[in-house]
Amino acid sequence: MNWEWVGRNWIAIVERTWEHIFLTGVAVVVGTVIAIGLAVVAVRRRRWYGPITSVTNILYTVPSLALFAFLVPFTGLSTLTSEIGLVSYTLLIIVRNTVAGIDGVSQGVREAADGMGFTPRRRFWKAEFPLALPVIMAGIRIASVTTVGLVTITAILGQGGLGYFILAGLRSFFWTQIIIGTVGSVLLAVVIDVGLLWVERLLTPWTGRAAV
Amino acid sequence: MGGAVAHSVDRAGGGVTDRPLVEELWLFLGDPQTWWGPASIPLRLAEHLLLSAVAVIIAAALVIPPALWAAHRRRGVVAAAAVVNIGRAVPTFGILVIVVVWLGLGPWPALVALVALSGPPMFTNTVAGVLAVDPAVLESAWGMGMTGRTVLMKVEAPLALPVIAEGVRIAISQVIATATLAALAAGGGLGRFIVDGFAKRDQGELLIGAVLVASVAVVAEMIFTRGQRRLVPSHTSTEGSR
Repeated sequence: MNWEWVGRNWIAIVERTWEHIFLTGVAVVVGTVIAIGLAVVAVRRRRWYGPITSVTNILYTVPSLALFAFLVPFTGLSTLTSEIGLVSYTLLIIVRNTVAGIDGVSQGVREAADGMGFTPRRRFWKAEFPLALPVIMAGIRIASVTTVGLVTITAILGQGGLGYFILAGLRSFFWTQIIIGTVGSVLLAVVIDVGLLWVERLLTPWTGRAAV
Repeated sequence: MGGAVAHSVDRAGGGVTDRPLVEELWLFLGDPQTWWGPASIPLRLAEHLLLSAVAVIIAAALVIPPALWAAHRRRGVVAAAAVVNIGRAVPTFGILVIVVVWLGLGPWPALVALVALSGPPMFTNTVAGVLAVDPAVLESAWGMGMTGRTVLMKVEAPLALPVIAEGVRIAISQVIATATLAALAAGGGLGRFIVDGFAKRDQGELLIGAVLVASVAVVAEMIFTRGQRRLVPSHTSTEGSR
């Protein structure tokens, strides 16, 4: 470990860390919006559940490097290419967890909402969705941590966040860069996971401390 | 603004012709080296599949027996949970590069990295599968006077099989994906076309490489999912990591 290099390059490290957070954040937010939309469709129209999970599963199965390479002839070495790839990996996990969470809401709650005269839309957003939130958040956390790891691969598109250092270190066989990139990425994943856990507690105060 | 012809004009300075995609595809597919020789599609495909298969087999042999034993003795539960959490956060790319820089370029470091990455999903699923066996079934097995070894081999392992198979499936798709990345560092496999395509700015090679890798991953997943259904009629699925 060459600490002198770290000292000389800390500004670059901070910049790459922000790039990593930005790439991850955009992918998770866009992925969450799309996935919850798909999950709502799947819950209302059951026969769409199969096709939706099949398509998102195929997107999830395609290796990230291949997906990025496939997009390059069309969208170039751009952030858009990275984000299309990163978003498509978040979908399966969040769709699956959202549907499972909504299915897990007890029948009694639904009947109570109906009995109070809620419209189906109101019942969904005021009763079913909030009660499913812990399971949905669990999916978002898994998707976020996975995305932090995948962002490193976008280094081949000239981005990569901390993955930039991994690729640079591979080319020069320079350990310090590789360690900074890998360990930094792991730490970032842990920080984001803990942050989301904290958000989950804020959003669902009724679950208390038991639902970790 | 060059209008419609802008796409086929030489790039300033670089001298690389930015040909239309269709033409680049045609050039790559028309090249005899694409179909025959050391850098051909059939050979790269064989390398990719061989590397992936050997990695999964070695990892399964190393990981599943101790995982069965650990779960049978009700040990390793905490370790399994920790492996899942940490494993998800560690970037595959970083691990691959660390192993390659440590052991040098070539197929062997890639194999070591692939074995290391495919172990955790099989370990955690084996432990989870054994722990999920109905306690009543276990009690009756002990009640019948079975020894610990018999309980493990005749009761716990068969009942855990669907979950173990799911772990193997996750490991396979992970290994096929990572074998693609291996080309960045080591050499062979279908990822070579993608890495070379990037390096040569050859969009035809890039696109063909991407389609090949994607097809292999999806077909492998389909074959294994079908095999898994045949193995156990009602398979339960567990969450995997990538």
